Amino acid sequence: MATQAPALLTLQQLEKLIPALHSRGYQVIGPTVRDGAIIYDVVEDLSDLPAGWTDEQEAGRYRLRRRNDVALFGYVVGPQSWKKYLYPAEVRLLTAERSGQAFRILNNEPAPPRRAFLGVRACELAAIAVQDRVLQGDRYRDPIYAARREGIFIVAVNCTQAAPTCFCTSMGTGPRVRGGYDLALTELIAPDKHQFVIEVGSDAGAEVLAELAPAPSVASEAVCQEAEAAVERAASQIQRRLDTTGIRDLLYANFDHPRWDNVAQRCLTCANCTMVCPTCFCTTVEDVSDVTGTHAERWRKWDSCFSQNFSYIHGGSVRTSAKSRYRQWMTHKLASWIDQFGSSGCVGCGRCITWCPVGIDITEEVRAIRESPASSNSRSNSKESSHGSS
Amino acid sequence: MATAATIDPMLPQPYSVRQVAKETPDTFTLTLEASNGAGGNRFQPGQFSMLWVFGVGELPISISGDPAERDRLVYTVRSVGQATHALVSREVGDGVGVRGPFGTGWPMEKAEGRDVLVIAGGIGLAPLRPVIYEVLHNRERYGRLVVLYGARSPRDLLYRKELAAWARRRETQVLVTVDYGGLSWRGHVGVVTTLFKFARLQPARSMAFACGPEIMMRFVARDLETHGLARENIYLSMERNMKCAVGFCGHCQYGPHFVCKDGPIFPYDRMRPLLEKYEL
Amino acid sequence: MEALERIIAEHPFFAGLESYYTNLLTGCAANVRFDAGTYIFKEGEEANEFYLIRSGKVALEIFAPQRKPVMLATLAEGEILGWSWLLPPYQWRFHAHALETVRAIALDGKCLRTKCEDNHDLGYEMLKRFARIMEQRLEATCLQLLDVYAVGK
Repeated sequence: MATQAPALLTLQQLEKLIPALHSRGYQVIGPTVRDGAIIYDVVEDLSDLPAGWTDEQEAGRYRLRRRNDVALFGYVVGPQSWKKYLYPAEVRLLTAERSGQAFRILNNEPAPPRRAFLGVRACELAAIAVQDRVLQGDRYRDPIYAARREGIFIVAVNCTQAAPTCFCTSMGTGPRVRGGYDLALTELIAPDKHQFVIEVGSDAGAEVLAELAPAPSVASEAVCQEAEAAVERAASQIQRRLDTTGIRDLLYANFDHPRWDNVAQRCLTCANCTMVCPTCFCTTVEDVSDVTGTHAERWRKWDSCFSQNFSYIHGGSVRTSAKSRYRQWMTHKLASWIDQFGSSGCVGCGRCITWCPVGIDITEEVRAIRESPASSNSRSNSKESSHGSS
Repeated sequence: MATAATIDPMLPQPYSVRQVAKETPDTFTLTLEASNGAGGNRFQPGQFSMLWVFGVGELPISISGDPAERDRLVYTVRSVGQATHALVSREVGDGVGVRGPFGTGWPMEKAEGRDVLVIAGGIGLAPLRPVIYEVLHNRERYGRLVVLYGARSPRDLLYRKELAAWARRRETQVLVTVDYGGLSWRGHVGVVTTLFKFARLQPARSMAFACGPEIMMRFVARDLETHGLARENIYLSMERNMKCAVGFCGHCQYGPHFVCKDGPIFPYDRMRPLLEKYEL
Repeated sequence: MEALERIIAEHPFFAGLESYYTNLLTGCAANVRFDAGTYIFKEGEEANEFYLIRSGKVALEIFAPQRKPVMLATLAEGEILGWSWLLPPYQWRFHAHALETVRAIALDGKCLRTKCEDNHDLGYEMLKRFARIMEQRLEATCLQLLDVYAVGK
């Protein structure tokens, strides 16, 4: 694939994007305003996008506010992430029928539609990569994820502003998108112009771009610098930091840190954080049967390690306290994940901070533990060997 | 080429119940065979299957049969809730879905040339029975076999006839104890750790495989170390609830380990720092 | 007598004891035998000896009103039965029931007590050994108490 120079598109030219994707058989998923938030849903054309809207986010707070322009991507991230489509909240695993004593599994699960994702942020690309590793890069592959992941057309967006809750720079995931996309755009908006710098990331992307602007104007040096500056501005707006130095050993060694009791007093175990987190992958399976007992289905649904009975053995729940469940979530996300999958599970999107009803801030919790780690009394035998099966 | 990873790991294979044998008032042994008549049921001692009861639910159950008998899969199940009750209530000919086998097995290769110490508590004897079969079928490959088995009371003992038969084999020792004896019990009374002193083996050349309630395994492993076994030669079979058994549902995580795919068999040196953590 | 001294000296429980003390112990020792079904001692009786079991099985039992006797634990070959002789009020805490014919070496606790008072070094050696037995018994009882095989809590 030849590296193409970035192209410059006008808003009118971009308006041809969604029809171009439609004509190639894609269902386009993009951002749209609903119920006071910017969520992801099927979009038919650019007018469905949240033009002129932005989000105000802080710990435990999310509001939409009107901008003084009509930027299409002038917001940060909403409560939903792309796992809504790649790893759906509810999906049927199988249907089975029983006749007499035997049962038969029907092979009738519908194939998912081909989809294009419009408006994927750098942190979200990183989150997709994290889930790719979990669901396709380990001993087993999830065919449901694979079917939805394969052939996705990704139009990524470089962030030109950051929310106070963002910390992608600490996690090395943004704000600039790096690879994993078909097209990446940076929106440049001013009173006198509304343009998009487009970078091509794949042959499929190049092919679509060719249709949007058969002779696209190459973005000039000045325009590229303007785009770069816009992304830099986003980076400079980032307020929160999460120091990841030695964080795996830090959290393993501080299992009994009093901070866990502190956060337990605030945590409602409501599971909002796991729901909005783009990398959380825990699920449960439910069996349903009809009244006659001849028809059964198995459904996979999102679950959360915050639920009381998430982890149990014959004697009962293993993590009865809120403290143990919060500790499990945070330690898994920031530490165990590294042993399990070779990278952090956190991409710094800040959703867990925004959507926590009591405003618990993961960056603050890490800081609190780091600033007063357990005394030298704590045994270093809590170091774990790297993940590997015998 | 279909590899284990590309077969849909979430699809149960249809098996049918060949036999249901009652072991104790609440524990039954099910023998299943593939509905399509296919044999070749291979598994490593210590592995488990996910057994699906149509319309009810799915459970991780250790395979407790003889690895050499490829035409069937055998499971010993204790009825403790709705799903297990449904499973043990199956009748001959009923269909049961089987996924697997999953998980790591007992390190039989590492045990070759050594004395094998099997320590079981309660239903923990079920995932260890394949080890006993394996050793007895291949006697010359292993040293002495010592089976220490503890249950709550005499009527909770599994595989009683087999225990007696195993005890008669050469270089094999079988000791049984119960927590509560009752009037007619003339055997040992006390927890299984009290049997260690009677085990005739050389700790330096022994491998220990333990399975039972977590607290019991903790006490057992600690006592084994006191008796001279090295931590890396002590293996435990851990247990956690599972929904998928393939490392996706997340429920079975124990520290950084997925019990379903990194375990359920783990060496004690890796488990020791985790076992002492409350509500891990 | 010779055989008795050898058994005592070689028994792991007395390992590390100077031969002067094993000699002393042998002087307080005698071979005994209990038929199956008999009680070696009963709760409340004066505790004046302890036993080194050579063969057979002994059940430790507690009787409670309106209940069948509860078997706490069994002891078998090589194990030590009884420590109540060492500490006041020198009374047995439970019954010792011979489940099979039991052959043992009985050691005269009453005599030993006096010797331990006179010779604190001997007293310390005995206390160390019996303390370990109590610790093991306590730990085992702990695990028994947890009722780990019971279903659901």
